[in-house]
Amino acid sequence: MLASLFRFKGGVKPPTHKAESTGRPIAPAPLPSRLVVPLHQSIGGTPKPVVAAGDRVLKGQLIGEADGWISAAVHAPTSGTVREIAMHVQPHPSGLDALCVVIEPDGKDEWIERQPVDYRLLPPEEVRERLQQAGVVGLGGAVFPTHGKLNPSKTVPMEELVINGAECEPFITCDDLLMRERAEEVVRGIAIFRDLLQPNKVLIGIEDNKPEAAAAMRAAVDALGEPFFVIQVPTLYPAGGAKQLIRVLTGKEVPAAKRSTDLGVQCFNVATAYTAWRAIAHGEPVVSRLVTVTGNVHEPRNYEVLIGTPMDELLKLATPHPDTDGIIMGGPMMGFLVPDIHVPVVKATNCLIAHNDRLFPPKAPEMPCIRCGSCAEACPHELQPFEMYWFARAKNFGKTQEYAIFDCIECGCCSYVCPSRIPLVQYFRFAKSEIWAREREKNAADGAKDRFEFKQFREDREKAEKAEKLAKAAAAQAAKKAAEAAAAAAAGDAAPATEAPVAVGAAEDPKKAAVAAAMARAKAQREAAQPKNMDAVTHEQEREMAAIDARREAAGIADAPPAAAEKKAD
Amino acid sequence: MDILLAIAIMALGAVVLGAALGYASIKFKVEGDPLVEKIEAILPQTQCGQCSYPGCKPYAEAIAKGEADINLCPPGGMEGVQRLADLLGREVKPLEAEEKPKQVAIIDEQTCIGCTLCIQACPVDAIVGAAKQMHTIIAPLCTGCELCLPPCPVECILMAPVSETIDNWKWKYPVVEIKPAALRDAA
Repeated sequence: MLASLFRFKGGVKPPTHKAESTGRPIAPAPLPSRLVVPLHQSIGGTPKPVVAAGDRVLKGQLIGEADGWISAAVHAPTSGTVREIAMHVQPHPSGLDALCVVIEPDGKDEWIERQPVDYRLLPPEEVRERLQQAGVVGLGGAVFPTHGKLNPSKTVPMEELVINGAECEPFITCDDLLMRERAEEVVRGIAIFRDLLQPNKVLIGIEDNKPEAAAAMRAAVDALGEPFFVIQVPTLYPAGGAKQLIRVLTGKEVPAAKRSTDLGVQCFNVATAYTAWRAIAHGEPVVSRLVTVTGNVHEPRNYEVLIGTPMDELLKLATPHPDTDGIIMGGPMMGFLVPDIHVPVVKATNCLIAHNDRLFPPKAPEMPCIRCGSCAEACPHELQPFEMYWFARAKNFGKTQEYAIFDCIECGCCSYVCPSRIPLVQYFRFAKSEIWAREREKNAADGAKDRFEFKQFREDREKAEKAEKLAKAAAAQAAKKAAEAAAAAAAGDAAPATEAPVAVGAAEDPKKAAVAAAMARAKAQREAAQPKNMDAVTHEQEREMAAIDARREAAGIADAPPAAAEKKAD
Repeated sequence: MDILLAIAIMALGAVVLGAALGYASIKFKVEGDPLVEKIEAILPQTQCGQCSYPGCKPYAEAIAKGEADINLCPPGGMEGVQRLADLLGREVKPLEAEEKPKQVAIIDEQTCIGCTLCIQACPVDAIVGAAKQMHTIIAPLCTGCELCLPPCPVECILMAPVSETIDNWKWKYPVVEIKPAALRDAA
C-alpha cells in the first residue's frame, strides 16, 4: 500500500540512542533472588490477593484476582514460595508503598497446567474473559486492560485497527527487538484483535528508523497470508502516541473529550498483541515482558524479564558504569527516576536507563517565560503550553481547563524545546492532579451534603411520626374517659338488673346507652366464663375447693371467684 | 403646555416600566437565595458545627445575611476563606481556629460496646452498627468532623490523619531548588 501518509503538527527530534541496545538479541534474564509483584499494575481496580504467606505457587498461578471489569489479573512469575503479602515501594514517581506479593523462587520455574485454546472456536466474550484472566494489558505504557478495548462499538462501525510499533521515545528498543525476533506471534496476536473487532483494515505503524523490524513484520504478514498493511512512518517524536499515530496513518484527528473508537479506530501496541497470542494460544498469562536496559551501561541489551524482578538486579546484568547514580524507568522524555533502585519491574516497565550526569546533564535553573511560542509550535496536540503554564503556575486551574490541559499527553516536547528550561510538564502534572483532587473533594462534599440532608429529613419524619402516635394515643385516652363517664352516669340511673340498661339508657342518650350496654354485656360474659381447668375435676378436688371457699368466707374474704361460687352452688 | 406634555410622557414611561418590572419580579421570581447556594458550594460539608452554626447551610445563610464572618470554618482552611472572600468581595482574614490536616475517625472495635450513640451523632451517616453490635466507620464517607468523639462512653473512637496513597498522591508544585553558589577560591 502506498497511500499517502498524514502528519501531526509539532513534534521534536531528540537523539534516538537506539542503536546501542539493538546490537544484541533478546536474552532471558536469570531468576532473581526474590520477586516483588505489585497487585495493582493496570488501570482500574486493584486485584485482590488470593494467596497467603507460606503458600507454594507455580509459574503462571493466579495470585491477584481482577476486581471489576476494568482490572486485570496478576500471576506468579515463577514457581516458589510466597514469603509475604506486604506494602513495598512502587516504581511510581511518588515513591509510596502499595500491596505486593513477595515470592522466593525455588529455581525450578515450574509452570501450572497451561490450557491452549483455538480462539476461533470460542465466543468473543470468552476470548475477552480469557485475556482478562491472563492479565493482558496495554504494554505501550498506559497498561489499560486490553479486554476492555475489544468490545466493538454498536453504533460506530470499526474502520481501522491501528497497531502501534512506532516506539518513538529515545533509548527504548524492546518493541523493535520483539518485532524482529517474534514477528509471527505478533501478527497472530493482531489477528485475534482483528477477529474480535472486525475492522475494515489493519494498519501496522512502524517508525522508519526500524527497517529490520518492518521487514520482519512484512515477511510474517506475507507468510501468514494476512491482509495487514505494514507502514513505515516518519521518525518524529511522539509519533508513537496513540492519537498521533492514528492521525499519521488514517488522517483522523481525535477531538478533545472523545475517544478514537468514536471515529471507528482502535489502537494496540505490538507487545500487547504478542502477549494476547501467548495468553490464548499457549495459555501463558503475562508473567514477563521485554525490557530495554541501556544508558550508562557496558552492554545495553533487551531482556525478557519476569514481572517483579528488582530493578537493581536487572541493571547489574548489563554491567552499569560505576558512576551510575539512578535508574530512569521509561524513556528520557516521559520516564522518571525511580524512587528506590530495588523497586520491581512491572507490566508498564519498557525500559531502564542507567542515569548519570554525563548522559543527562542537570538542568540549568528555570528562567522566566519569554512568550516565544516555541512550546506551542512543538506541541503535538496543538495546545498552548505557555498559556497553560501561566495559569498552572498561578494555580488558576479553571483557566488551565479552558486551555484543554486534559488533552495534554505529557510527552515533554514543550519542556524539550523551551529556551528558558521551564519544566512545563511538571506544571501540567501538578495542575492535573490538583484538579483531580478537587473533583474528588467536591464529590465527597456533595455526598456528605446529601447524606446530611437525608438524615435531617429522616429525623424530622421520625419526629412527626412520633408526634402523630402520641396525638392518637391521647385522643384514644380522652375517648375512653368520656365513655367511662357516660357509663357511670348510665349505671347510676339504671335499675340494678343487668338486662335493664338498654331500656333505661335509650331514654337518655342512645349512644351512651349503647356503650353502657356493651360494657354490661362484656361484664356478664366475663362472669359467665369458666376457668378452663374446671372440666375434669374429681369429686375429691371439688370437696377440697368447697372447703377452701368456706374457709375464705369464714375469714371474711368476700370476693370469692364467681366460678367457684357457681360450682359451690351445684 | 410643553412642560405638561413632557411630564405626561415621563409619567407614562414610569408607569409602563414599573408595570414591566412588577410583572418580571413575579414571573421570574427566584426561589431561595442563590448566594446561599454559592457559599454552600464552597463550604466543605463536614457539618461539624465548629463555626457554631448547626451545619454548613445555616452558616452559609448567616454569611449571606452578613451575620457571620467568613473565617469560622476550620475544615475549609485558608483556601476556603480565600474563595469566600473572592465570592463576596470581602477582606481575607486569618482563620479563627487552627487548620488541621484532613482526618478520619477510627473505632477501636475491641473496646466498642455497641451503644449506638456515635451513630446518632454522625451527621453524614458514616457509621454502621446496631445496638450491642460492634460499630465501624465507613472511612470514605467520614468527613472527620469529630462529632462522634464526645458521645462515646468508652472513648473508643480516635482520629487519624488521612494517609497519602498512590491513588490520592498529587504531583507537587515545581519548586526551583536554591543551591548555595560554589565559593570561588580566593585568588
